[in-house]
Amino acid sequence: MNIDKRLLSEAKAVRVGFILTITLGFLGGVATVLQARYVSDIVNDAFLEHATLVRLQPLFLILLLVIGARSLFIWGGNIAANSVAGTVKQTLREKLFAHIVALGPTYASGERTGELTNTVVEGIEELNAYFSQYLPQLVLAALVPLTVLFFVFPRDPLSGLVLLLTAPLIPVFMVLIGYLADALTKRQWRSLSRMSAHFLDMLQGLTTLKILGRSREQIDTIAEISDRFRHTTLSVLRVAFLSALVLELVATISTAVVAVEVGLRLLYGHMVFREAFFVLLLAPEFYLPLRMLGTRFHAGMSGVAAAKRIFEILETPLPVSVFPAVNDAPPLRMDIHFQNVYFAYEGGGRPALQGVSFRIPPGEKVALVGPTGAGKSSIAHLLLRFIEPDQGEISVNGVPLGAFRADVWRQRVAWVPQRPYLFHDSVVANIRVGRPYANRAEVLRAARLAHVHEFVASLPAGYDTIIGEQGTRFSGGQAQRIALARAFLKNAPLLILDEATSNLDPEIEALVQEATSSLMEGRSVLIIAHHLSTIYQADQIVVLNRGRVVESGQHAALLRRGGLYQQLVTAYGGGV
Amino acid sequence: MHIMRRLFGLVWPFKWWMGLAVLLGAFTVGSSIGLMATAAFIIAKAALHPSIADLEVAIVGVRFFGIARGVFRYFERLVSHNVTFRLLAQLRVWFYEKIEPLAPARLMTYRSGDLLSLVINDIETLEHFYVQVIAPPAVAVLVAIIMWVFMGSYGARLADTLLAFLLAVGFGVPLVSRWLSRGLGKIIIESRSELNVVLVDGIQGLGDLLAYGQESRQLALAQARSQEVIDAQRRMAHITGLSDALNSLLANLGMVAVIAVAIPMVQAGRFSGVQLAVLALAALSAFEAVLPLSSAAQFLESNVEAAQRLFAIVDATPMVQDRRETLPPPSNYGLQAHNLHFRYAETEQPALNDVSFNLPAGGRLAIVGPSGAGKSTLVSLLLRFWEYQKGQIVLGGHDLRAYRQEDVRRRIAVVSQHTHLFNDTVRANLLLAKPEADQDELYAAARKAQIHKFILSLPDGYDTWIGEQGLLLSGGERQRISIARALLKDAPILVLDEATTNLDVLTERNVLQTIYNAMEGRTTLMITHRLVGMENMDEIIVLRHGKVIERGTHTTLLQQAGFYQRMWQLQNQILPTQVAFASERIQQREMAMNSVSAFS
Repeated sequence: MNIDKRLLSEAKAVRVGFILTITLGFLGGVATVLQARYVSDIVNDAFLEHATLVRLQPLFLILLLVIGARSLFIWGGNIAANSVAGTVKQTLREKLFAHIVALGPTYASGERTGELTNTVVEGIEELNAYFSQYLPQLVLAALVPLTVLFFVFPRDPLSGLVLLLTAPLIPVFMVLIGYLADALTKRQWRSLSRMSAHFLDMLQGLTTLKILGRSREQIDTIAEISDRFRHTTLSVLRVAFLSALVLELVATISTAVVAVEVGLRLLYGHMVFREAFFVLLLAPEFYLPLRMLGTRFHAGMSGVAAAKRIFEILETPLPVSVFPAVNDAPPLRMDIHFQNVYFAYEGGGRPALQGVSFRIPPGEKVALVGPTGAGKSSIAHLLLRFIEPDQGEISVNGVPLGAFRADVWRQRVAWVPQRPYLFHDSVVANIRVGRPYANRAEVLRAARLAHVHEFVASLPAGYDTIIGEQGTRFSGGQAQRIALARAFLKNAPLLILDEATSNLDPEIEALVQEATSSLMEGRSVLIIAHHLSTIYQADQIVVLNRGRVVESGQHAALLRRGGLYQQLVTAYGGGV
Repeated sequence: MHIMRRLFGLVWPFKWWMGLAVLLGAFTVGSSIGLMATAAFIIAKAALHPSIADLEVAIVGVRFFGIARGVFRYFERLVSHNVTFRLLAQLRVWFYEKIEPLAPARLMTYRSGDLLSLVINDIETLEHFYVQVIAPPAVAVLVAIIMWVFMGSYGARLADTLLAFLLAVGFGVPLVSRWLSRGLGKIIIESRSELNVVLVDGIQGLGDLLAYGQESRQLALAQARSQEVIDAQRRMAHITGLSDALNSLLANLGMVAVIAVAIPMVQAGRFSGVQLAVLALAALSAFEAVLPLSSAAQFLESNVEAAQRLFAIVDATPMVQDRRETLPPPSNYGLQAHNLHFRYAETEQPALNDVSFNLPAGGRLAIVGPSGAGKSTLVSLLLRFWEYQKGQIVLGGHDLRAYRQEDVRRRIAVVSQHTHLFNDTVRANLLLAKPEADQDELYAAARKAQIHKFILSLPDGYDTWIGEQGLLLSGGERQRISIARALLKDAPILVLDEATTNLDVLTERNVLQTIYNAMEGRTTLMITHRLVGMENMDEIIVLRHGKVIERGTHTTLLQQAGFYQRMWQLQNQILPTQVAFASERIQQREMAMNSVSAFS
C-alpha cells in the first residue's frame, strides 16, 4: 500500500483549498521575481543614471505594492494550508475513531488502548505538517524555481543554465542524506531513547533502590551513561553533518559562481548591470524552496509514518455477520441456542472457542464456569455482538442472532462486566449510560437497587461528583455497583454478568451479591461465575475448558461426576 | 524572573561551549551577508568596467564566503549538539539528585509511569534550552551589532534604519504575535486534553458504550471536541501566518528603506554608487539572524513552563528528615507500634487510627484486611518514607525516628508486589542488594528462593537480560527473584507486602513455601489481603479503615466468627479459576526472548 497515494486521496476532498495554497505560493514566487525586478531597476537608475529619489518615486511605490502583496500571499498561503490540514485531520480522525468503535472492544482492549488513543490524537496531529507544509512545498519546490527560470532565461541564458544545472544537485544530495545520515541518526535516536528508558527505569525503581540502599550510587551511573552517549553520538554526527555541509555548499557556491560569471561578462560589456543585479537577487530565492523542502522533509516523513499506522487500523476488517438482515425487533422472551460455535482471535491464530453448544432457555440463569482462557468472555462477547462466530450458529427463538442489527439487538441486553468502565463524568451521567433519558428519580432508584446510593450520597458533591476528580477513586466493588445500577436502569430481558473475583471485603461483597440477585430476577441470565454462592443460584452450570464445553448440569450432579467442576470447587478444600 | 535565573544557573557550566557556538552561529550568518555583499560589489564594480585586477580580491572573497558559510554552520551544529547533550546529562543528574531524597512520599502523585514520562518530557524540553532559547537571541544581537558598525561606517542614519527594522522583526513581531495569541496556547492544550479524555473514555469504555447503545453519542462528542481543537489551531495558524507575513514585509521594507536612505548619500558623494548594491544585499541578508526569534519566544514559554513544573517537584522538602543527633544502629530487632496515627494529608481520612502491635525479635506477625485498610501505609512508615503524626514505632527499644533513615532501611528486606526489577541482567538485579556478594552467596540466595535452576535455564544464565520491569518473566519468577534479592540483603527484618498478590493459586503456594524458608531466623511482618498460610503466623491483626478490629491467631480468629472469619469464607467460595498454563507461558516467553535478542 502506497501511503503517499492514500494521503493524496485524502487531500482530494480538499482540492480547492490545496489549489489555493499552491496558487498563493506561486503568486508569492511571481511577486519575488517582480520585487527583484524593481529593486534592480531602482539600484540601476540611482547608481548608473544618478536618478534622484523624486524621480524614482513611482518605482518605489510599485515596489512597495509588490512587497505588500508578497506578504499577503504568504499570510493567505499559510491560512489556506492550515485550513486544508485541519479539514483532513478532522475527517480522518472521525473516520478512524468510528472505525475503532466499529471494530469493538475485542480489538480495542488491553495494552492496545493507549496506543489507539495516541494514534487518534497525536498520530493525526502528525499529519498536520504533512498537509500544511510538506505537500504544498513539494509542488512549490518545482513551481517557484521554474518561475524564476522563466524570467531569468530570456534575460541571461548562461545564468539560467547555471541555475538549472545546479538545482537538481540539491534534491540528489537530499536523497543521499536521507539514505546515509538518516540511518546513522536513526540509530543514535534509538540509543537516545534507550538512554531515556534507563533514566525512566531508575526513576520508577527509585523506591526499590532506596530500600536496598543503592539510590545514591545511581547518580554516577546516570552521569556516566549520558556521557558515553554524548561521545558516541558526536562521533556519528561528525559524519552525518558532512552531508548537510555538502548541501549547504551547493547553494552558496552556486550563488558565488553566478556572481563571478555574471560579473566577468559585465566587465567585458557582454551584459548590463540591471540584468546582472536582477539575476543575483534571484539566485538565493531560486534555491530557497528546494532547501525548504529539505527542512520539511522530516515533517513529511513523520507524517507518513503516522499515516501508516492510521491506515493499518482503517484497513482492519470489521466483524460482519453472514446472515441476511431482518428488520424485526428481537423478541422479549428469548430462547438462545449456541450450536457448535467456533471463534478464534487474530484471524484464526488464537482459537478461543472450538465447537461450543448450550442453551439459555427463556428466563433461566446459566452459569459459565472454567479456568482462565476457557472461552467464557468470548461467549459473552459473541452474545453482545462484539464479535461474530467463525463457524456454527447462535440463534434466538430460531432466528440467527446475526440477522438482527447489532445495535437493535443490544437494546435487549444489559451487561455488567468484571471491571466496568467509569467515564470521566458525573456519577449521575455514569449511571444514565444505562438509559440516557432517565430522570433523576429513576437514576436514584436504580442506585438504591444496586446498593450504591449510600456511598454516592457520601461523596463531596453526591450524584454530581465527577468521577476521578477531587480524589474520588472508585474501588472495584463500587464500580461494579455503578454498573449494576446501569443494568437496573436499562431493565433489559437478557443480562450478561461477569462476576468480580478481586473484592475481598465481605461487607461490600455482600452488597454486590444482594444487588446481583435482585437484578437477575425475572430475566434470562448468562453469568460468568466465580463465586459458589452465585453458582448455587443458577438453573444450569456450563463448565468450559480450553474452548470446549466439558460438562454441564446442576451443582450436585456435577460434583458427583468428579470432573473439572469438582476439582475447581474443592481446590481450597472448603466451601462445599 | 526567578525561574530564568535558575535556568541560566543550570546551563552556566557550559558557558565557554555556548560562547563558541554563538560565535560560530554569528559567523554563519555573517558569511551569508559577506557572500551577498561581495557578490553585489563584484557586479556593481564590474558595471564600471575596471581592470580585472580590481575584482580579484572580491572574487576570492565571494569564494571564501561561499565555502565559509557551510563550514561555520557545520561546526556550529557540532558544538551546539555538544552543549545539548552535556546539558541533558547535567539535567538528568541534577533531577535525580534532587528527587532521590524526596522519594517516594513526595512523589505519590507521580507513581504511575505516565506521569514520570511527563517529567522526562520536561527534561527533554529543557535539553534544548540553549539551542532554542539562548542561541537565537545571542546570535541575533551579535549580528545586529556587527551590522550596526558596518552600516555606521557609511552613515549613522543607515545604521539606525537597519537596526530599527531588525528590532521590529526580532522584538516587534514576536510581541505582536504573542499579544494576539495570548491565551490561545492554553486553549489548544486544554481542548486537546479534553479530546483525549473523550477518546480514552470511548476506547477504554467501548464495551460499556456499545452494550448500552451509547457509541454514537461518544462519536458525536469526539467529533465536537476534535473540531474545537482544530478551530483553535486554525486561529493560531492565522497568527503564525501573520507573523511570517510581517517578517517578510519588514525584511523587504528594511532593504528598501536602506536603499532609500542611501541614494541621497550617494548623490551627495558620501560614498560610491557601487556601495548601493552592497548595502541593499547586506541589509537583506542580515534578517536571517532575527527571523528565528519568533519561534525562540515560543520555545522560551514552553521551557519556562517545563522548568516551573520540574522546580515545583524538586523544591519540596523531604517528608522525612534525620534528626540532628541520631542513635547508633539498633542491635535488637523487636518491633512495636504504640497507638500509631497517620493521615496522608490534613484533609484526608486517617489511614491509620490508633494501631498498636508487638512483634518480638524473630516473631511472625500478619496484618490482614481488605484493600484500602492501611496495610501498605504501615510498611511505608516502617521504612521511614513518611512521618507518623501520633504514637510511635519502636525498633530495638527506641523510637524509629531516633535512628538514621539509612540505618533503619539497611535492616529491613522487603518483598512487595511493587518490587521493581530493572532493565538489566538477572545478576545485576540481584547484586543491587549486595554489590560485594560473591558467586557462592549469589547462588545460595537464589537456591533458597528456588529460582537458581530456572535462572540457569535462561539463554545466558545469570547474565540474561530480563527486559523492562522484568516483563519477560512470569509473575512467580519475578517474585522469586525479588525474594532472592531480599535474601541476599540478609537483613534481620523481613517485610512481605502482598508478596503473592496476582499469582495463580498454584504458584502462590509454591512462592509461599519459598517465603517460609526465608522467614527462618528473621523478624517477619507479612501484609496481605489473601488469607493464605495464616496458620504459620504467631499473630494476625485485622485492619479495616485504618483500625485494628480483630487480633489473634488463625484458629482463634476463625472461632471468633467475626470479620476475619467472613473474609475467610468469602475467599474460600471463590473458584480458583486463575490457573496458569505453564506451557503457554513458556512459549510466550521464548517468543519475547527471541524478539529481544533480535534487537541486540
